[in-house]
Amino acid sequence: MKAATEELLKLVSDWKGSFCGAYNIREDGKSVGRLSTEHIKVEPKQDGTGLDIIVAPGTKGEQVAIPACVTVGDFNDLVYNDFYIGEGADVTIVAGCGLHNDTGEAARHNGIHRFFLKKGSHAKYIEKHVGVGKGTGRRSIDPVTEVFLDEDAMLEMDTSQLSGIDTTRRVTKGTCGKGAKLVIHEHLLTEKDQRATTEFEVSLDGEGSSVDLVSRSVAKDDSVQSYRSKIVGNARCTGHSECDAIITGHGKVSASPQLDANNEDAALIHEAAIGKIAGEQILKLRTFGLTEEEAEEKIIQGFLR
Amino acid sequence: MLKLEHIYWNTPDGTPILKDVDLAIGDGGLTAITGPNGGGKTTLAKIIAGIEHPMKGRIVFEGEDITDMDVTERAKRGISYAFQTPVRFKGLTVTDLLEMAAGRRLDEAARCELLSKVGLCAEDYEGREVNASLSGGEIKRVEIATILARKSRLMVFDEPEAGIDLWSFAGLIDAFEQMKAEGVGTQVIISHQERILQVADRIVVIEDGLVKEDGARDAILPHLLESSRCPRCPMPDPEVRARHAAKEARR
Repeated sequence: MKAATEELLKLVSDWKGSFCGAYNIREDGKSVGRLSTEHIKVEPKQDGTGLDIIVAPGTKGEQVAIPACVTVGDFNDLVYNDFYIGEGADVTIVAGCGLHNDTGEAARHNGIHRFFLKKGSHAKYIEKHVGVGKGTGRRSIDPVTEVFLDEDAMLEMDTSQLSGIDTTRRVTKGTCGKGAKLVIHEHLLTEKDQRATTEFEVSLDGEGSSVDLVSRSVAKDDSVQSYRSKIVGNARCTGHSECDAIITGHGKVSASPQLDANNEDAALIHEAAIGKIAGEQILKLRTFGLTEEEAEEKIIQGFLR
Repeated sequence: MLKLEHIYWNTPDGTPILKDVDLAIGDGGLTAITGPNGGGKTTLAKIIAGIEHPMKGRIVFEGEDITDMDVTERAKRGISYAFQTPVRFKGLTVTDLLEMAAGRRLDEAARCELLSKVGLCAEDYEGREVNASLSGGEIKRVEIATILARKSRLMVFDEPEAGIDLWSFAGLIDAFEQMKAEGVGTQVIISHQERILQVADRIVVIEDGLVKEDGARDAILPHLLESSRCPRCPMPDPEVRARHAAKEARR
């Protein structure tokens, strides 16, 4: 494994020299380390396009890590990973992606992840994206996530992109069965001339299903962000979408929520708030002795946590 | 400790709010600043904290001219300010605010002590975001806890009683009295509340932009209560008393 990969692993997946449980480390399009456990199998797809991660029914408290790193420029990484979470299982999935680019050529990672959660299963999915390196080549990460939740299944997604990615298009689609819950918390920071697009589309098909989409973002400098969400309520269900964005400098944010209620018992809500940091918030922290810059930093840190 | 010398302040449209306020506050104790609404009390508090700056006049804190200093510089010198309407933050927790106020990490016992003084249970609140999920009363109590956490030499509270239920208010009075007994800084409290006036060492009445009365509590309070009493209302609320007092004074 390259030293650059190890550095990226520390940033995106709390790597401390090893992983606890099953894992696969992807470096520049190839696996440089893989381990399956008794209950979690990490297997390459037969066509070589990615991995199948199979969690046995009833597996509890285990973790699987599948970080992907790109350490060179002029590289376009594409991977298809499918997660099959067995009935009644409860696991954590760590899936960070890091790009280290010291060249003038573009580097890109495109991870297509599909989640199939069986009845009563629960998974927490943690995804961090980060870009580093001195090169001028663009760093892009364009994740596509598809979620299929069976009865009473629950997926919690905690995703963040906090630095170094020049362009990203983050697409998430989900389908929730009876009593299923999808929770997505996204944290996004763009600066300089970076661009970020987030698209959510969730279909609540089962009775008592629910989705909670919360996106918190900060657009600094000349960066531009776009947030699109669509929640479709096809049954008695609850859907909540929230886009909170702070803009500083010449940052721009556009938010477009869409709620489609196709059932009279569908309760769908969208909230959006975009604006600069309130002057009174900065003032309050200055009464603690912080400078204006320190106050702004603290507010942003808390907001994106 | 603090001297306000010939302080003038106008609203942006030129309406005079403070008109030659002269006030000196000594080291320690609790000074209550009271008076009718619109009289200039909150403006005066903001001028002390550096949130507003006087059009004319001079402010001296512990021998240093702080007139031109901003909020941050004054905070670093030991002046803290509790907002009348506390600010909400998405993402920052109660613990975050307490630790920023204290300028250090606080252990569980310290957080618990601070929050219990304002009637909040640390277990329930320390991880809560200081956002719209907190009621007006809860966020007010958090605001006051941040001031207690700072342990500043001069603490300015702008109407701490507003939005707090009676039980918490009693706890708050205890906190003010305890700080006074322990000699923890100097307290300046803007208030209409008779119970706060009763624990003050000194009462300053600001009315129509001027210091109308200033003296020891026992000298000012009976007179203040009597003059503000409306003969038709056996137990008027403090704001009614203040309005009535202002009307009487104009006569």
